[in-house]
Amino acid sequence: MSETVIKCESVYKIFGQNAKKMLEESNGNVDAKTFQERGCIVGVNNASFEVAKGEMLVVMGLSGSGKSTLLRCISRLTDATGGKIFIEGQDLLELNNKELIELRRNKMGMVFQSFALLPHKTVVENIAFPLQIKGTNTEESISRAMEMVKLVGLDGRENYFPRELSGGQQQRVGIARSLAVEPDIWFLDEPFSALDPLIRKEMQDEFLRLQEKLQKTIMFITHDFDEALKLADRIAIMKDGIIEQLDTPANIVLNPATEYVRKFTEEVPRERF
Amino acid sequence: MEYLKKYPKLFQWLFLLIVFFALCFAIDVPETYKFIRGQAEFVKDPNQSVYFFLGKEVRYYAFDVFWRLPPLLGWLPIWINDSLFFLMNEWMPMEFWNEDTQEFKTRPLLLEISRNLTSFMTFLIELIREILLGGLETIVAFTSWDFIDAYPWLELPGLPWTIVAAGAAILSYKLSGKGLALFAGLTMIYISIFGQWKPSMQTLSFILVAAPLSFIFGLGLGIAAYKSKRVEKALYPILLVMQTMPQYAVLVPALVLFGVGDHAAVIITMVVAVPPMILLTILGLRAIPPEVIEAGRMSGCTNWQLMFKVLIPTARRDILIGVNQVIMVCFSMAVISAFIGAKGLGFNLLLALNQLNIGLALEAGLCISLIAILLDKMSLAWANKQTDYFGNLTFFQRNKNVIFFAASFVIGIILAYVGTFIFKGSFNYLFEIPHNKGISTADFWNKGVDWIFDTFFVYIKAFNTWLIQDVLQPMRALYLRMPAVATLVLAVGAGYLIGGVRSALVVAALTLFIALSPWWDRALVTLYMATFGVVISCLIGFTVGTLCFQNKKSAAFMLGVCDIFQTFPSFVYLIPVMMLFGITDTSVLIAVIVYATIPATRYTIEGLRSVPVGLHEAATMSGVNKFQRLTKIEFPLAFPHMMLGLNQTIVFALFMVIIGAFIGTEDLGQYILKALSDKNGAGIGLTLGICVAFIGLIFDNLIRTWVGKRKKHLGID
Repeated sequence: MSETVIKCESVYKIFGQNAKKMLEESNGNVDAKTFQERGCIVGVNNASFEVAKGEMLVVMGLSGSGKSTLLRCISRLTDATGGKIFIEGQDLLELNNKELIELRRNKMGMVFQSFALLPHKTVVENIAFPLQIKGTNTEESISRAMEMVKLVGLDGRENYFPRELSGGQQQRVGIARSLAVEPDIWFLDEPFSALDPLIRKEMQDEFLRLQEKLQKTIMFITHDFDEALKLADRIAIMKDGIIEQLDTPANIVLNPATEYVRKFTEEVPRERF
Repeated sequence: MEYLKKYPKLFQWLFLLIVFFALCFAIDVPETYKFIRGQAEFVKDPNQSVYFFLGKEVRYYAFDVFWRLPPLLGWLPIWINDSLFFLMNEWMPMEFWNEDTQEFKTRPLLLEISRNLTSFMTFLIELIREILLGGLETIVAFTSWDFIDAYPWLELPGLPWTIVAAGAAILSYKLSGKGLALFAGLTMIYISIFGQWKPSMQTLSFILVAAPLSFIFGLGLGIAAYKSKRVEKALYPILLVMQTMPQYAVLVPALVLFGVGDHAAVIITMVVAVPPMILLTILGLRAIPPEVIEAGRMSGCTNWQLMFKVLIPTARRDILIGVNQVIMVCFSMAVISAFIGAKGLGFNLLLALNQLNIGLALEAGLCISLIAILLDKMSLAWANKQTDYFGNLTFFQRNKNVIFFAASFVIGIILAYVGTFIFKGSFNYLFEIPHNKGISTADFWNKGVDWIFDTFFVYIKAFNTWLIQDVLQPMRALYLRMPAVATLVLAVGAGYLIGGVRSALVVAALTLFIALSPWWDRALVTLYMATFGVVISCLIGFTVGTLCFQNKKSAAFMLGVCDIFQTFPSFVYLIPVMMLFGITDTSVLIAVIVYATIPATRYTIEGLRSVPVGLHEAATMSGVNKFQRLTKIEFPLAFPHMMLGLNQTIVFALFMVIIGAFIGTEDLGQYILKALSDKNGAGIGLTLGICVAFIGLIFDNLIRTWVGKRKKHLGID
């Protein structure tokens, strides 16, 4: 196996006022119910895993299972309550604000479910935004952004505003924006969930084509099991903040670890594996 | 009994009303009671009672406590006054270096701060004013009077009006396009030809200082409140009171702190204009979807970049409404602050109104309204403007606006120079048209007013007499007949029924403050005028709004009309009504009605519009006709929003009632106006202002609580 890019060691995220104290008292045995009785909500419960370079890990779970929270811990949009996260060997939680910004500017890209485009900027300005934030000059950032526009197939629409685009096109902009700085690590938070089924399929194919070319290290969040099977190198299935099983798609379908995972796999035709 | 179970609320309300009226009848009017017309509170009279508080003597006419509460808060204005004087003249004396006399001088800290702030503001205003009109104060500020004496040619010449007009048109063109450019050019030409150039530019220079400063402070404080809960909690009560505080009332304390003149006007305008800007900034920032913020963070934004490149542009729409509000308030204040010595159109307008020269007032009012509309549209266009990276533009295309302006600058100067030859010995019309040399339509309007008066005098008079004798006087008597205790019970009961104990306590505190102030009677008169205005405004507004809503085009048209009317400074409304009804309560009330109908109409249309399309279709499929749809579906759903409109209508009506004191009413406003010319007026003015604000806040609290509950019940929001 090649080098590890993302590494999590028993990561916890607990929302609530004395979350940290309660976590320390529990000695790593977090029970969601007892926590809830005391006013805390468990988002991520003891998540440990590694993602290798160029690998695509899909995190699958229903809403409220903590998959988005896990992603936000790893991108440090929220601070994990306990545990350790390493990005290319660097301890993420030890980084100060400046180092964190440096890391995001050069190593990370993220795509959001609701696209999260800036409404006052055109397609090309949106894509160039992370570059301009970094300090790249206008001319260079715009020409780089134009390359990205071509990459995601939006040529001719570079001067449109997000509100003038369809959902699929908006998400193409989101994808282009997250790739503009050529990040090594790519986070996608339910990127296709808000799209129509046909468009979703088209975007999935497009996404696979891109990944073939770019070979990024990817964490992909979805609530759609079929999507997970189609895209993933490995799948992590989450329930109530706990990773129920983390394995290759074939293993998950053929050897489900728990009753919960088995329910998902029931409908999948076995011939595919 | 069945009804009681079915409509418990209805019976609670009925019970409250019965108690209220029972109290009204049970408590007799004391024989000695009479409405105090003059400033009797300040006259010593053997019939008065006296009490001392914190060493202050408070005199008042004592009645049965059920009828009128004793003014236990009567010491407050005196105390505020003394504190202000103490702060200004005695607190924290320090040594300050005096540039002119080259020595240290001992001065109280606050006085020194106020002086420095004052001179800074004055410098800013003079700088812009002298660019537009010419003068030498700016150069003096950098050098000295001696220097000017030695080099008298150093005076700033001021721009010829042709250049300013061209500049305004070119800027408008760059921001928006041909339409606005045409409007800007015509406005400037109109102002110049009609001889209003100098006062207009004085007003403009005032606005160009006040508006940007208010914007910056409002945005800054709004961001601070967004970032820190503590700042927000500290700001919130002030913001709430300032929203309903009449603009008059803030003038008097400013007079004490900053003296008389344009600089004090700028500071006071900021005090009034900043709160709405803060509120709208917070509102806009709060409404940003969290994913957009995360996207910004993941792009590697620093906190600074996140705020100015992601958050503020995304919240642009609400911030923009804030800018609009700021400009509106600035123009409104440009007139009102003429009371404390600000120069410009406002001063001319007040002077003309004072002399009952309606024609002159109309001209000044028209100018100020035109400039207000122009700046309003320009700020809108500026905020909506997009940068364009594309197209390989030539040097000329990229800089054509600058080139055009440079060209018009040169042409303007040449024209002004040529003008010195054409108009030898008289005024150079190509440089600046003096105030009395422009075309004046004042006579025309005055004659028109006279004609209307002569022709319709009988009818106007008859209407006026009928309204005052048969409607207003009885209504006023009824309001004054309310015993203090009964009013308190009604207010607290309403608070309890609408919002529970919390609302009841808030309303009780607000009402008690007014009841314990020395001006309860005046507050009742203010309330009666506001009520009259609000009832009629709402009737008109709801009807017009509903009618216009029936057609998309007319709805859009009406909203546009509301926008334009809202841009007019509030004082301008007094001009046409004084034309028709002279100096009577009728004039004030009609101005109140016209002004307060704007929000009533706007909110009705907006409320009806917000009814989801799906519901329309569902209703149509159930086979309702247009009328049924309106009464069964649209009104119930739009009603909460319409009630917010009522809230705004009340605030607008109170504002206008207070401003109406200028014409002459016997309410709180009259005392605020009087406080302006009183050396001890600061405390009185401020306390009176708080009283008016509290009247507004009582209704604000009740309506908002009700709307919140109702919306929850309907599942909107």
